[in-house]
Amino acid sequence: MLRYANPNRFMRLARVLTPWSAGLAVLLTAAGLWFALVDSPPDYQQGETVRIMYVHVPAAWMSLFCYVVMAVSAGVGVIWKHPVADVAAKASAPVGAAFTVITLISGAFWGKPMWGAWWVWDARLTAELVLLFLYLGYIALIHAFDDPARGLKAGAVLALVGVINVPIIKFSVDWWNTLHQPASVVKMGGPSIDGSMLVPLLLMALAFKAYYIYVLLVKMRAEITAGKVRALRLRQVHGTA
Amino acid sequence: MKRKHKRLTFVAIGLLALGTATALILTAFEDSIVFFYSPTQMTEKPLPPDRRLRLGGLVEEGSVARAEGSAVIRFKVTDLVHSVPVVYEGILPDLFREGQGVVTEGRLVAGVFQADEVLAKHDETYMPPEVAEALKESGKWDDIRGAMTHQGPPAVAAD
Repeated sequence: MLRYANPNRFMRLARVLTPWSAGLAVLLTAAGLWFALVDSPPDYQQGETVRIMYVHVPAAWMSLFCYVVMAVSAGVGVIWKHPVADVAAKASAPVGAAFTVITLISGAFWGKPMWGAWWVWDARLTAELVLLFLYLGYIALIHAFDDPARGLKAGAVLALVGVINVPIIKFSVDWWNTLHQPASVVKMGGPSIDGSMLVPLLLMALAFKAYYIYVLLVKMRAEITAGKVRALRLRQVHGTA
Repeated sequence: MKRKHKRLTFVAIGLLALGTATALILTAFEDSIVFFYSPTQMTEKPLPPDRRLRLGGLVEEGSVARAEGSAVIRFKVTDLVHSVPVVYEGILPDLFREGQGVVTEGRLVAGVFQADEVLAKHDETYMPPEVAEALKESGKWDDIRGAMTHQGPPAVAAD
């Protein structure tokens, strides 16, 4: 990990991984969508509406995964003064926020026909909304300082404090009674979802993950390059070439 | 101790303290975080009569009765220990049926729950209709339904 604290070494690795992650994301999305929309059966209770799950659930998983990546990177950036980790935290935030928005919107589209409500204030939904505000707060905070280093430090504190929300979201459906149903895949006693539906769900989850890696690499490369340009400009202005 | 170790210790202790504080707060506010009360809680706990509440549980088998010529529907919500009669006027969600989990919102008036909203709760089991058919035929259906502890609220109130 500390080996890649050197941005140049990271850039070399990222340049190789970017096209592979993009290709993987396209392949997995194509396969996942085919299984999700064509090959998988309707649900015995929910009928065709269950297909919303193949977008909603992977997006929800990613909204948590991106947050953990962001918080851990921000922590590593603050503790070890790891410049690439800082960049990773900064680049993860908008992607995670987007996945959270997708989760909330697709959830509303699923909730209306199944539950009879677009939105309810139960523990799972409320905690997921708090997650969106944590992402937005982090993005606002890191840009609120003239000195980017101070912004990242303040953001890291918020990201680390907010990490407490991740287990709350995951276990909210077990700790309290909620309208949202409990976990189907990651739980004691194995998944309670038929194999013909689990395969497309996991394919879509991998597709989202590959897409995240691709976007993360692109954003991090852009950020590191922008940092170099900034440094060059500063040197030019101060006339110390 | 090097400075980075100091920072690591600081972050670790901070997160631990924060986690403990959050756990305590969430435990203390448990009653307000639950989305609905079970029939047992509603029967045994003295709840303020004029407060809007949510009642959750299973629609009791054979309890659904529709009034002729109106949209008024009566049914019982049960957690297999107690059941509470519910009156509701309006459109029901598609998943509403006997034996299905529901959450109703309204007021408890003289032992009858006057609901103005009924939400359907679905369980965490997903399977194709053919599999559900096969399970019913082989008689394993009830085992699976019985294993769905979260279909409704806990059958016996925690406290």
